[in-house]
Amino acid sequence: MEGRSGLTLLLTVMALSSLHLRSCHSSSDLQILTADRRIDLASHIIRVALVLKVQNDGASPASNVLLTFPPTQAKHLALLQAAEVTGKKKKKTLHTLDAKPSDQADGPNGAKFFSISLRNPLSTGGSVSIEVSYILTQSLEPFPVEISQSEPQLVLFRDSSSILSPYPIKQQTTVIRTPSTRVESFTRVEPSSQLRTELKYGPYENKPAFSYTPILVHFENNNPFAVVEELVREIEISHWGNLQITEHYTLVHNGARHKGGFSRVEYQSRPALSGVSSFKHLVAKLPPRVHSVYYRDSIGNISTSHLRTSYSKSELEIEPRYPLLGGWKATFIIGYGLPLKDVLFEADDGKRYLNFSFGCPIAETVVNKITNKVVLPEGSKNPSVVVPFSVERRAETKYSYLDIVGRPVVVLEKENVVPEHNSLFQVYYEFHPMFMLAEPLMLTSVFFFFFVAALAYVHMDISIRK
Amino acid sequence: MAVPVDTVTKQPQPPPPSPSSLRFAFGNVLAFFILLLIGVLAFSIRLFSVIKYESVIHEFDPYFNYRVTQFLTKNGIYDFWNWFDDRTWYPLGRVIGGTVYPGLTLTAGTIWKVLQSLNIPLSVETVCVFTAPVFSAFAAWATYLLTKEVKGTGAGLTAAVLLAMVPSYISRSVAGSYDNEAVAIFALIFTFYLYIKTLNTGSLFYATLNSLSYFYMVCSWGGYTFIINLIPMHVLLCIVTGRYSSRLYIAYAPLVVLGTLLAALVPVVGFNAVMTSEHFASFLVFIVIHVVALAYYIKGILSPKMFKVAATLVVSVGLVVCLAVVGVLVAVVASSPTKGWSGRSLSLLDPTYASKYIPIIASVSEHQPPTWPSYFMDLNVLAFLVPAGIIACFSPLSDASSFVILYLVMSVYFSGVMVRLMLVLAPAACIMSGIALSEAFEVFTRSIKFYISSLSEFLETDAGDVMPGSNGSPQFDVLKTEKKEDSLKERPSRKNKKKEKDVVVVKEKSSVKSKTEKRPLVLPAEVSFFALFLTVLLGAFYVVHSVWAAAEAYSAPSIVLTSHSHDGLHVFDDFREAYAWLSHNTEVDDKVASWWDYGYQTTAMANRTVIVDNNTWNNTHIATVGTAMSSPEKAGWEIFNSLDVKYVLVVFGGLVGYPSDDINKFLWMVRIGGGVFPHIKEPDYLRDGQYRIDSQATPTMLNSLMYKLSYFRYGVYTT
Repeated sequence: MEGRSGLTLLLTVMALSSLHLRSCHSSSDLQILTADRRIDLASHIIRVALVLKVQNDGASPASNVLLTFPPTQAKHLALLQAAEVTGKKKKKTLHTLDAKPSDQADGPNGAKFFSISLRNPLSTGGSVSIEVSYILTQSLEPFPVEISQSEPQLVLFRDSSSILSPYPIKQQTTVIRTPSTRVESFTRVEPSSQLRTELKYGPYENKPAFSYTPILVHFENNNPFAVVEELVREIEISHWGNLQITEHYTLVHNGARHKGGFSRVEYQSRPALSGVSSFKHLVAKLPPRVHSVYYRDSIGNISTSHLRTSYSKSELEIEPRYPLLGGWKATFIIGYGLPLKDVLFEADDGKRYLNFSFGCPIAETVVNKITNKVVLPEGSKNPSVVVPFSVERRAETKYSYLDIVGRPVVVLEKENVVPEHNSLFQVYYEFHPMFMLAEPLMLTSVFFFFFVAALAYVHMDISIRK
Repeated sequence: MAVPVDTVTKQPQPPPPSPSSLRFAFGNVLAFFILLLIGVLAFSIRLFSVIKYESVIHEFDPYFNYRVTQFLTKNGIYDFWNWFDDRTWYPLGRVIGGTVYPGLTLTAGTIWKVLQSLNIPLSVETVCVFTAPVFSAFAAWATYLLTKEVKGTGAGLTAAVLLAMVPSYISRSVAGSYDNEAVAIFALIFTFYLYIKTLNTGSLFYATLNSLSYFYMVCSWGGYTFIINLIPMHVLLCIVTGRYSSRLYIAYAPLVVLGTLLAALVPVVGFNAVMTSEHFASFLVFIVIHVVALAYYIKGILSPKMFKVAATLVVSVGLVVCLAVVGVLVAVVASSPTKGWSGRSLSLLDPTYASKYIPIIASVSEHQPPTWPSYFMDLNVLAFLVPAGIIACFSPLSDASSFVILYLVMSVYFSGVMVRLMLVLAPAACIMSGIALSEAFEVFTRSIKFYISSLSEFLETDAGDVMPGSNGSPQFDVLKTEKKEDSLKERPSRKNKKKEKDVVVVKEKSSVKSKTEKRPLVLPAEVSFFALFLTVLLGAFYVVHSVWAAAEAYSAPSIVLTSHSHDGLHVFDDFREAYAWLSHNTEVDDKVASWWDYGYQTTAMANRTVIVDNNTWNNTHIATVGTAMSSPEKAGWEIFNSLDVKYVLVVFGGLVGYPSDDINKFLWMVRIGGGVFPHIKEPDYLRDGQYRIDSQATPTMLNSLMYKLSYFRYGVYTT
């Protein structure tokens, strides 16, 4: 184990030393005075908070600040948010800044740039404080790859002790928080220390641009690595007063794979020692006033769930049919109804709009691909969507209960979704209430004609012989 | 008596038969609504399983049917006929299209298609779950039609309401019990109805419908042989008792010709329709009926003397020919391997056949002969009402009523052989009981009516003004009884009318004559009231029992087990847990070995290939699995390895106390395995003839794969 990780480390160092030589690449003359980075490894979703103090040493004002991520991290970057901090500690105010992938060519070794647009261009000699938070998914690598039922789950986390940046950094520290004190090993880059659940790297002084010192943290993380490979949510609006949500999950335990046999008895009798990294139950946070909640899969109802409703929220605690050990999969469906008046409103221009949450309601899960299908009532027109982040949008038509022209469906797709994406989105559309009567009228007329036909038949004599 | 007066005054338009036609129309509407309610009752009494458990397919065979239906709806009918299923009987596979009775699947598939074309998004599973209750309603209506042909509308409605909730039928048709019997019982009753209808009318139209209905029955269930043997028997009975008529010929001949041709279209039957001995009776009777028809024809054109001469001639020649034919038949039958009879049919004729020769048939609990309590459980009061119904059928004996009697007698015999054929008995018992109840009600109400009319007559003749109270109360009673009987059946109300007419006649003519007319059917009023009360009570018992049976005894889906303990309800969902795990966490092509009980469920719920399943068509293959389970670990592994098995599914209930687990069935595996592979000997697994799984068990038992799998590390958990 040690030998292999040591070898990879060596290779990375060699690769990056060549990077050092070419670090004159830096485009503008910004420099970072202080950088504080806190990496939270408590769950399998890695949350990083980065506080930068940027100063402009160049001649011209700078309007953008670049952030750099190694290609592996850029791939797993789920969310990136930036805010400018003004005022001192007590009166601190945050102004959200726009952060998006930069169109600049990749940096050394394929490093990806993201650019943050400042509110006001930074004049020469001026400085600004920026708080960046970003979320990485699937960046913890289980090691050993396979564990048996009685073993805890150990994972590896790779990063750099110094912050990768296109600008030189005068002073920086990195704090890594682990879920427990049980850390098998971590790369020492002096000065570095461990204090209970925190590993501290730094402070490092005067690191040039693009400096990168790989580190490896090997620690115990028994949090369930709940990954929803695919989530399809169907949100169906009925103007008769109900919103029906059906969510199809493909859930997988993405941690260390299970090896050997599984003993249910042992699992149940000694929960503290057996299958610690598995997940027994998941909690889905549903809106208040849900009704007709069901939890099933393709072969019927799953009887292990509890629903707790309160004023402000409902909590659905679900257990898969079997405990999910590493690498195991399960599929299931959660469905529920909501009173329509809680989520459907009328805009000023007469349009109606649905105001509903986007992401996966299950706590602390990563969704590889989410598909939200908003099924509008038959006869609605001109749907438009407002989502706070970029999504792919398609249109479909769905036929349900006696439809003739079909219901327009707005399909919104997004990959790599974390709980932070659980914000509200809106779908605007035009709808005339007359369409509500179409189906009742249709049924009435069918019965009417049936009775007329029966009447006619009774009064007709179609026999050939009298 | 107030009612008819009202109706007379109310209707001005049609002049001549005014009161009767209106009452007739009213009766029809009432009967229609009663039938509608019976349908609703039949459907809703079967929903206990959905309400108490969930909308899910039950038990074993329904899972196979469900899987076939899924395939049908996904791939269409042509792929369905040609479907070679490589997920079962690995490595042999099974030709599903040619070995399955497609009636149920096609029915549910069609319902699904129709719903889909109306854009009603019901899943295939939902359609399958509710097919049985829907067809139970149809079966109740078919019973009404059949009994109506035999004994009139009143008996029909009573029989229909009895069938709607007969526990025996409920046990096979609760929501989720998606099995052949669900639609087959409807087809059976409907075929009988059309036969009787043809017999009563002599219409070729009904004869054709009868063949089509028979075709549907052949599509649905192997029990169609019951029809094709029962109807010839009845025809023979009619001929022997001198009841031959052209109507009988029309009812029978087209059925044999068209029915056999249509039956041969069903792949699973095919040439069996003419080649197996189950069908020979119908052909024999077909010949007989033609001979008889010819005889009648010749009798018609010859003088009696000439006919006598001709008859002696023909009989002597005919006897020789018949002997020759019988000889050929016997030779043909004897030359086929199982003497031309399939194992299940043989066990029908000889109840001990299966347990003696075919352990695989004997190992299924529903193939065992029933116990007496099961008659009471499944038929309840019907068992006592049936004899009364038979008596009622004999007065007067018609073609139709003789058929019903024959049906009852045959089905009683078959139900005594195999517990699951109780299902065939249930409609017969319902019809008989319906007739009995209806006749009883008729007699009681008629005598009450007579009593009242004679009372009022007496009062009228005695004095014009008596106390209004005493006059009013019997009339009130009349209304009450009328209501009661109307809710049960409609026929007596017509009888009432006739009676009332008679009463009018009585008033005009001498009362003595009418009394002599009525006397044989009239009971004393007090007795009638009491008997009426008792009959209603009997009916109430039946309803209570049926609802209890539907709710408690027959709605458990058997894949979910529940148990009540002091701290509430416990749900054991371990079967589906295992299947779901297999389905999500093993490779798609992995082979799962298990005892055949779980074959259908594994293919349907886990979508994995199994070695053997509930179809049990290949005894050797099942014996191979049985041998592997009974062998020591190494030998068992070798057998399973040769079958590419990656997972072995074993059900063990020792820890939680679930009695019907695999170790409980283990002796059957030994027997079936030993039947083909002689090195497996049953005595090796028994200690002094006792089946033991404790420390006293024999070494062979302790070393068998099944035992080792079941009790793997068992000591660690219990000590």
